[in-house]
Order: sequence, then structure tokens, then C-alpha cells
Amino acid sequence: MSEFLHQYAFLIVPIIKVVILVFVVLTVDAYLTWLERKVIAHIQARWGPHRVGPHGLMQPLADGLKFIFKEDPLPASVDKPAYFIAPFITLMLAVTSLSVIPFGPQKFTLWGYQSSLGIADVNISLLVLFAITALGVYGVALGGWASNNKYSLLGGLRSSAQMISYELALTLSVVGVLLIAGDFSLRGIVEQQDTANLGLLSWNLFGFGHGYGFTQLIGFACFFLAAIAETNRVPFDLPEAESELVAGYHTEYASMKFAMFFIAEYTSMIAVSCLATILFFGGWLSPFPPSWTFAHYVPSLLLIPFGLWMIFDGIRYENIFGRILLPGIGTVLTLIGIALIVFPQANELFQGLFWFVAKVFVFLFVYIWMRGTLPRFRYDQLMSFGWKLLLPVSIANVVLTSAVILWRMHQ
Amino acid sequence: MNASLGIFFVLAAVAVAGAVSLILQRHPIHCALSLIVVMVALAGLYLLLGAEFVAAVQIIVYGGAIMVLFVFVIMLLNAGEEERTNFSKIAAYAGIPMAVAVAGLIAAAIARSSLPPAQATTVLTSTKSLSMLLFREFVYPFELTSFLILVAILGAIVLAQREGN
Repeated sequence: MSEFLHQYAFLIVPIIKVVILVFVVLTVDAYLTWLERKVIAHIQARWGPHRVGPHGLMQPLADGLKFIFKEDPLPASVDKPAYFIAPFITLMLAVTSLSVIPFGPQKFTLWGYQSSLGIADVNISLLVLFAITALGVYGVALGGWASNNKYSLLGGLRSSAQMISYELALTLSVVGVLLIAGDFSLRGIVEQQDTANLGLLSWNLFGFGHGYGFTQLIGFACFFLAAIAETNRVPFDLPEAESELVAGYHTEYASMKFAMFFIAEYTSMIAVSCLATILFFGGWLSPFPPSWTFAHYVPSLLLIPFGLWMIFDGIRYENIFGRILLPGIGTVLTLIGIALIVFPQANELFQGLFWFVAKVFVFLFVYIWMRGTLPRFRYDQLMSFGWKLLLPVSIANVVLTSAVILWRMHQ
Repeated sequence: MNASLGIFFVLAAVAVAGAVSLILQRHPIHCALSLIVVMVALAGLYLLLGAEFVAAVQIIVYGGAIMVLFVFVIMLLNAGEEERTNFSKIAAYAGIPMAVAVAGLIAAAIARSSLPPAQATTVLTSTKSLSMLLFREFVYPFELTSFLILVAILGAIVLAQREGN
């Protein structure tokens, strides 16, 4: 058995990693919908989901069951192959895009096979990611076209036009980072942001660490705006503008097929947040300089008070299930926090993953925050914003960054 | 049979199947989708030859940009299924033998040529070496090509403007 594992470790280890990643991502997707409903509800002075489980925590499970058991009607005269394949393409590409994201600095060896946190470590991971994003249009366009519904078709057309327009700005906005890093590999881009003992100032956003560094604030602004448009989220969610197009490209989809579009949207939100973290915010690097060793206790300092608060708040919950579940989660979080203080080695391993997840979470929160705050663009505003503002500004950023790098090289 | 040869045959079969389906499909959207399958399979073949940058660009440019425009235009014009006419006599008596002859000629030329067969490599052509070639050795042809593309873009804009007036 051991011999077999050693021989095929190159196949078995990635499969295990894929299974873990898909499980984690789907769970995060489910709870992201809960978080979104909660946050928007509180922005609008409502409670949000509060019936299914304590604080609505079982709501994602209930939603999942509802999606599975709902009737899946097939509208009349749809184009069957395209209608069936569209949600699969969308979900498959969204999940695949996570396969090149490095989640942490550690390398580990399992059955004689060296591996890292992240599914695949390819030299051109950024290009692979853009290739996957480029194909993402098909799911939406085909779904809209195949449904044989004018609202769906309009949603699909809008989405194709929007994605083509914003892809240019998205790709050009990261060129500044590529010029500084000189590397297409996402792992390499994070590692070169770790050159100086400066903490968050060495991130590409500020750009003080690297010899050729130059602040990428403009690049990041262009990237994040274009990325929101690419993921079809507010204020760029014209493909599914419900006041004009019912639900846009997925009007005619129900049950699990609709759920696939839905999961794909949240998965691509996670992928974009991961990419923003890696390119501009130093990936898994701590915002504190490495010499500040006390900063390693930040995860514990956040986990323990939060866990204790959950225990004290949870034992006063209105029903018995909540009085068990909430303090239970609180106890687990507190114990993790204490364990990280007691075992410094575990704490070291946890650092990278903690900062990565924390930064991604901040971006996901900003996504939800924007949805709760901003109105939708008008279609002509969307197009002129993409072509007349975002594209020229990102090109100017490329020119500016290359000029600064050239000047530094000749100094 | 080693793994890369197996992958080659799978990708080649997918590419050929996509190409045949491209010709046989009757709906323009299905044709476009078949063409995308061919493009993606070709990208896989490039990757097998160690050309990672070319593979990624193949998907980004052909799969992502050009084919999206194709699909977009087909959707926008709402092109329906095309009608199948009878096979023309010239095609049956002259076209098919000619096609077979040309295919045989190309196959014979490839078989006789002294070029070594392409090897599936483990060595990847790095993007850096590729850009060194493009921007150092062949910088003038490269820039001339981009100038050509610029002229084509200007031409397209001029034509579209005239249509508008």
C-alpha cells in the first residue's frame, strides 16, 4: 500500500487537495450568501435570515435542500445542448480558476511528493487565470441565448459586451505589478513583495519594498473596478438587472441549474478577492514587519475574544439549539486561539493562511458593502466608464510604472 | 505507451472531432462552439510541446476574444439554422478526390521531410526567453506587425463610421 502511494503520489496528492478545496470553497460559498443577506439586512436596518437555526446559521443548508428538491422545468423550444452545458461551463470555470491560487507559503512532503498550499504551481499562473476568465463569458452568453427568452438574450448580450470591454482594463491594470515582479507566477509575485523588513509598505499597493517598486494604487483601483464588472456584481450587474430583465441570463433556469450559476458567481468573487490579495496586498504576508514577533499573536488576540463573546452571548439565546450551537462554536474558536499561543510552531504555520484568509474576507465584505450601498449603472454609463475612463487610466498606469522602473534602472 | 503520448492522442481526437462537428453542425452557434473546442484542444497540444505562453495566449486570444466576438455577432444577428442543400455534383466527383489527393500529398511530404518529429518535452520554453526573442532579435518585424494591426483597426473604424452616416 505504502509503495503504491509513493509511486502514484503525484496523482493522489493533487486529487486529495482538489477534494479539500472544492469542499471548503462550496461551504464558503454557502456561508457567503448568509453573510451577504445578513450584512445587507443590517445596512437596511433589518434582521436578515433569523429563523432557520440560531442567527439563521442553518439558512444555507435549507437553501441547498430547496434547490435540490425544486422542480426543474425545461422551457419550450430551448436549444438543449447549449441550455444544459451553460451552467456547467460557468461553474467549472469558476472553480478551476481557484486551482492556480497559492494559499500559503508552506511546502510539505507527503509520500515522498513535495507539494504546496494550492492545487497547481505553474509558471504562468496569472495567464492561466486570465485564460479561464476569458472563457467565462460563454456560460453566461450561451445560457442567455439558449433559453429562448428575450430577457435572457438581452442579459446574455449585455454580459458578453460588458465582459469583453472590462477584460481589457482588467488585464492592463495588472501589467504594472508584472513589470515590478518580472514574473507571471502568483507565488513569485507574493514572494517578491517580501523583500524588505517593512511589513505592509512592501506590498505592491505601496511598493516600497522592491528595488523597482512603484505604488500601484491606480492599478489596484482599475483592477478592482474591472473585476467587479467581470463578476457581474453591483454596481455593474446589468446582465441580471431585475428591474429591467426579470433575472437576465438565468431567468429560465431553476433548481440546481440556477444554483450552479449562483455558486459560480460567489466562487468567482472569491477568486477575484484572492487575486487582488496576491497581486496588490502581499498575499499571505503579514502587514507587520517580520521583526515584530509579537504580531504573531494577532490571530489569537482576535479568535479568543470573539470566541468568548460567542459563548457569553450564546448561552442567553432564545432556544435550546442556539444555546448549544453558539457556545459550542465559541469554545472551538477560543480553544484554537489558546492552542496557537501554547504551541508556537502551530502558530507559525497558521500565520500565512490567517492573513490570506483575512485579506480575502475584507474584499468579500467590500463586495457585499458595495451591493448594499451603490445603485446600478445605466448601460451607456457602464460602457463609457469602461472604455473612456478605466482603459486609458490603466494604460497610463502601465506607462507611468515602466517609466519609473526605467528611471530607477538608470540611476 | 507513455502518459504524454496518451494525452496527445486524447487532445488530437478532441480537436479532430471538434473540427468535424464544426462542418457538420447546422446551427451557427453550435459551429462556433465546436470551433472553441478545437482552439482549446490545440492549446493543450501546445502545452504538451512545452510552449506554455503560446498555450495560454491561444486560449486568451482565440478562445476568449475572437470566438466571443463570433458568438456575440451570431447572437446579435439571431442567425437561424442554415438549410442543407443537395450535395453539388462538382463537389462529389472532383472535390472529394482532390481533397484526398491534397491530404495524401501533404502526408507524403511530411513523411519524407528530414525534420525531426516533435517531442513532448518536460522542458518549458520560458516566457522570458520568448520575450527576449520578440523584443531584442525580432523587434522590427514585431513592431511592424503591430503597425499593420493598427492600420487594420483604423480601417475598421473608418468603415463603421461611413456606415453610420
